[in-house]
Amino acid sequence: MASSLILQAKNLTKIYGENVIFRDISLDVRKGETIVIIGPSGTGKSTLLRCLNLLTRVNSGQIFLEGREITAPGTNEDQVREQIGMVFQNFLLFNHLTALENVMLGLTKVKKLPKEQARQKAMQELSRVGLADRAGHYPAQLSGGQQQRVAIARALAMDPKVMLFDEPTSALDPELIGEVLGVMAQLARDNMTMLVVTHEMGFAREVADRIVFMEKGSIVEQGAPDDLFERPQHARTREFLWKITELYGKKEKP
Amino acid sequence: MLSNFLSYIVQGTGVTIAVTLIALPFGLLIGLLLALLYNYGNRWVARSAGIYSLLMRGVPPIVLLFILYFILSGRLINLSPFWAGSLSLGLVSSAYQMEILRGALAAVGAGQMTAARAIGLTRLQAIRYVILPQAIRLAIPPWSNEASIVLKDSSLVYALGVPEILRRAQQLSATTGQPFLAFGAAALIYFCLVFLTNRALDYLAEKTKLPTQPV
Repeated sequence: MASSLILQAKNLTKIYGENVIFRDISLDVRKGETIVIIGPSGTGKSTLLRCLNLLTRVNSGQIFLEGREITAPGTNEDQVREQIGMVFQNFLLFNHLTALENVMLGLTKVKKLPKEQARQKAMQELSRVGLADRAGHYPAQLSGGQQQRVAIARALAMDPKVMLFDEPTSALDPELIGEVLGVMAQLARDNMTMLVVTHEMGFAREVADRIVFMEKGSIVEQGAPDDLFERPQHARTREFLWKITELYGKKEKP
Repeated sequence: MLSNFLSYIVQGTGVTIAVTLIALPFGLLIGLLLALLYNYGNRWVARSAGIYSLLMRGVPPIVLLFILYFILSGRLINLSPFWAGSLSLGLVSSAYQMEILRGALAAVGAGQMTAARAIGLTRLQAIRYVILPQAIRLAIPPWSNEASIVLKDSSLVYALGVPEILRRAQQLSATTGQPFLAFGAAALIYFCLVFLTNRALDYLAEKTKLPTQPV
């Protein structure tokens, strides 16, 4: 594993009032790596992602993007976010823009590309998620799965160094989950650096290079999927995996 | 004689429209600014905007009109009754327009801002390209209501001596002794103006509506 560090979190702590969301989290994300974060709800996984692209401020700790500290005072946060793609649980497409315009907005307003060039790039990204034929549709005219794929295209268009996925399939009907996971698996194969919070254990197992198990605001353990699924070191990891596989109907022993 | 009678009132229509066309956009400009400060400003800025709205909406428009009129055409600034009246009416309306836009901005939802920031847009860019286009669509129906209120409230500048529809109707009523004809004609003109305004804004709302059905 000699590939370079893209994102590095050092001793991150986030507290809301008296509520400790997570404490002392450290995480290294290497180039081309797909990391899946699993864990019970309310353990700070989503907040961690929001902190990594500075949508939420950490109380203490440091975050480095390609070796440069982005938690340092005076950092241009907009420039940082431009380099970190994010996909949300509830898609959050811009409702007043077509699929194509959703993908183009960042290109024309942030990257300042000329319109025609932006359009071409946006069409490319829409093709990449299999939605070139839906370019002129508004979000309300798309299924949830299609909306999420447009959201992925919108993030990809900015050529991010790393993509953060915050439970990208949790709001989807079961029959639409596959198309989104398919796009994400393809991205992983294309060596996109990805950090994914999800409850999709099948995806975690097949696509992840590393799985991180988080509970109650800290990382309990992490490792390669097979190690973590076959030989979890902690009782809590075992319990969680057992519960979630039971829930999803796969009665294989953890 | 009747045609003279009517044309005298109709001449006031131009003044009424002019007062409304000054008051409404002026109120929109200030209302929008206040709504943005209320939703996105820091605590003190937001609170000040809230207090402004509370005060302006808590007093009858005619009382505010007199107070503002004596400020705007006093010693420091000396505007004509027409301008002082129109701008005062705009200030009164700004508080209501602020409330309309504040609601619309909130209805767009925080998620849209988050998504916009996540691709690297600045706060101002996010407001301009993502939040406002959606908020304005939501605001058109309630704004249409406010537009007709300002149109009708423009009759208040009558009290400052501006020769708009109501002032002329009053004069005619006094000189001809035909109050029903005079005020009836005024009422009819107001109704037509309000009706047309609402129709035009309904059309605008329909035109800018986002498609929801599959194409």
